[in-house]
Amino acid sequence: MDRPIRVIVAKPGLDGHDRGAKVIARALRDAGMEVIYTGLRQTPEQIVAAAIQEDADVIAMSILSGAHNHLFPKVVNLMKDQGADDVLILGGGVIPEDDIPGLKEAGVEEIFTPGSATQTIVDFIKNNLKRD
Amino acid sequence: MELEKRLLDGDKRACARLISMVENNNKEAISLIKKLYKHTGNAHVIGITGPPGGGKSTLTDKLVKSLRDEGKKVGIIAVDPTSPFTGGSILGDRIRMNDLSLDPGVFIRSMGTRGHLGGLSKATQGAVKILDIYGCDYIFIETVGVGQSEVDIVRTADTVLMIMVPGLGDDIQAIKAGTMEIGDVFAVNKSDLFGASKTAREIKTMLEMNHNMDRIPPVMQVTALKNEGIKELLNEIKGHMEYLKENDRLNKRRESNARAEIINLIEEEILSLILRKNESVGVLDDISQKVALRNMDPYTAKDEILRAIDL
Repeated sequence: MDRPIRVIVAKPGLDGHDRGAKVIARALRDAGMEVIYTGLRQTPEQIVAAAIQEDADVIAMSILSGAHNHLFPKVVNLMKDQGADDVLILGGGVIPEDDIPGLKEAGVEEIFTPGSATQTIVDFIKNNLKRD
Repeated sequence: MELEKRLLDGDKRACARLISMVENNNKEAISLIKKLYKHTGNAHVIGITGPPGGGKSTLTDKLVKSLRDEGKKVGIIAVDPTSPFTGGSILGDRIRMNDLSLDPGVFIRSMGTRGHLGGLSKATQGAVKILDIYGCDYIFIETVGVGQSEVDIVRTADTVLMIMVPGLGDDIQAIKAGTMEIGDVFAVNKSDLFGASKTAREIKTMLEMNHNMDRIPPVMQVTALKNEGIKELLNEIKGHMEYLKENDRLNKRRESNARAEIINLIEEEILSLILRKNESVGVLDDISQKVALRNMDPYTAKDEILRAIDL
């Protein structure tokens, strides 16, 4: 691809800890991507609106509050409602192992838990984009 | 063409996709602009510029909310720097405008400069045209945080709003050439801080020294975070458009902007032509090495490279 990959990095829900999201944002920047950082306490509707207007290739969300089972699938469904199913949706944060299969089934393509190497995330994005 | 119809119908996804296509120099998007160009020019294009952290995004947020109260449709292009080393960027202007994300009458787009100097990205002007066709009444362009010489915005906007903050230097800073010369309206933001009225006074004094102006730009004190002075500032911005509409000033300004845009497009095309021709034969690498080793001077190098395209 001869254009920068555009990624929305977002913190859905009521969760004030964005160190992880900022580390990811920085790593993706250093991998040559355009990272649109939307900040804390975003509703799924706001995240989807940003992804649509920014014509993002990827939505990467981080949650540490425990609300992932509710918020991640909601973003996936809102994107589908918009007819935007060519966007790669990723989740990260403190997510129990047991919840991961359900989230993937709901349409979150991959979940990255604490300890994931940033290079793994960069490679995953580059290899799994849903459009040219 | 489907995208064209959707854009004219005000579809946000189509608008977003077309801006990406313009950024990536896509032929289909360019031909759409060619076809619909005659329908552009209705929007009031407002450039917002000033130092990093001066409050450009926050102030844009407040100005746009005020325009939304009047029912106007608004587009925002927010430019942030691209890394010269990796080509990546962190575009963070949306953080200050999250309330506007869901407003159906607002379209916000972040752009990386992608190597372009001067405070905007190469595709900013194309994106403005897409938003104009999309039907925006007002288009805000927020530049990267500027230093002293990023003045591209004056060639792109109808009105330049220069945002200053207290505490960035004395009155000598205010009389230097460059960014201080391009403001049509000045706003001293964070006016709840100590020294704000002194800053405003210094800017006013600087502006009044210029006797060649038939209009002295107003200097407004605002505090964006507290929503203070926003209505008054918006009135001055609108007042500048009224001023432009008198005596054919708007057309003259747009004519000189068009001239600059055309020259830019030609420069880009010639440069990419030269680089394409040279890259294919590896000449540029070769010559750069020679110049670095002092086996050739840069002027001769330039002559050699230009010879490759028979200018």
